[in-house]
Amino acid sequence: MVFKRYVEVGRVVLINYGPDAGKLATIIDIVDQNKCLVDGPTNLTGVTRQVIPYGRIALTDLTVKISRNSRQKTLTAAWTEADIQAKWDASSWAKKLSSKKKRAALSDFGRFKVMVARKQKSSIISKKMAEISA
Amino acid sequence: MAPQLKVIGNVGPKKATGAVATGKYYPADDIKTPLKSRKAKKNAPKVRSSITPGTVLILLAGRFRGKRVVALKVLESGLVLVSGPYKVNGVPLRRVSPAYVIATSTKVDVSSVDVSSFTDAYFARAKSSEEEEFFAGDAPKPAIVSDERKADQKKVDAALLKAVESVPMLKAYLGAKFSLRNNDKPHKMIF
Repeated sequence: MVFKRYVEVGRVVLINYGPDAGKLATIIDIVDQNKCLVDGPTNLTGVTRQVIPYGRIALTDLTVKISRNSRQKTLTAAWTEADIQAKWDASSWAKKLSSKKKRAALSDFGRFKVMVARKQKSSIISKKMAEISA
Repeated sequence: MAPQLKVIGNVGPKKATGAVATGKYYPADDIKTPLKSRKAKKNAPKVRSSITPGTVLILLAGRFRGKRVVALKVLESGLVLVSGPYKVNGVPLRRVSPAYVIATSTKVDVSSVDVSSFTDAYFARAKSSEEEEFFAGDAPKPAIVSDERKADQKKVDAALLKAVESVPMLKAYLGAKFSLRNNDKPHKMIF
């Protein structure tokens, strides 16, 4: 089994657990085999520089070109140059997360409208399928 | 209740009968203050802040359980006056207890609906004598809806339907019944 995403300096990660859950951060330095040093950068993602265990993060496909233990200023510059936020928002992972959030925040009327929309979509599909298979 | 302090001398406004502006006067006999009434005082009914005129409610119990209904007014007894509208889901002008209701965050604009004439007295049951009821037995009595009720229903629903139809899909929403499905987590659902 080949690994494609590595824990490395510059790897953009999604924090799964803890007070910063749901936010992006970058690996700045590696502490040992269980934890790494991570930074937002704070002004872009809201995650302050901290040590975080690997069990709390998920690796993404994105990386930033930085050297080990870089300052927040260089990290911010690298992030904006690589346009990480836009690339992340365009990924299907991010889109799924945001649609889950929206669905959870729906009111009862919203859920009714979703139900009607799903029925309409399925009726269009089944009509087309009947056409094709006939 | 702290006892009333009697003021001697020149302090404060004079309560004495025939208040003369003479400084050192105070009445020789005690001024009788009426005893505090022990009758229960009636305050305005307190109902959840989420239930306001125009809120869509989900009825949880009673004949119309599961129906989505528009709240029109909070009556003096604390019950909520509600209407389907009747044409949409069969719920007439009715009183409903706020304890058996889920208030959704959906609101309808009911400023054009006039419900000022409806009070608890309007819904009070007609008094039938004990003898009549005793002789009638336990057979279910046919529900007779008075013409007055029908006319009032038409009047209120005319304005209410207009408000409902102005919002897309709201009429179909009110016509549909609420129920819990598999994977629904009511404690996590936002209404």
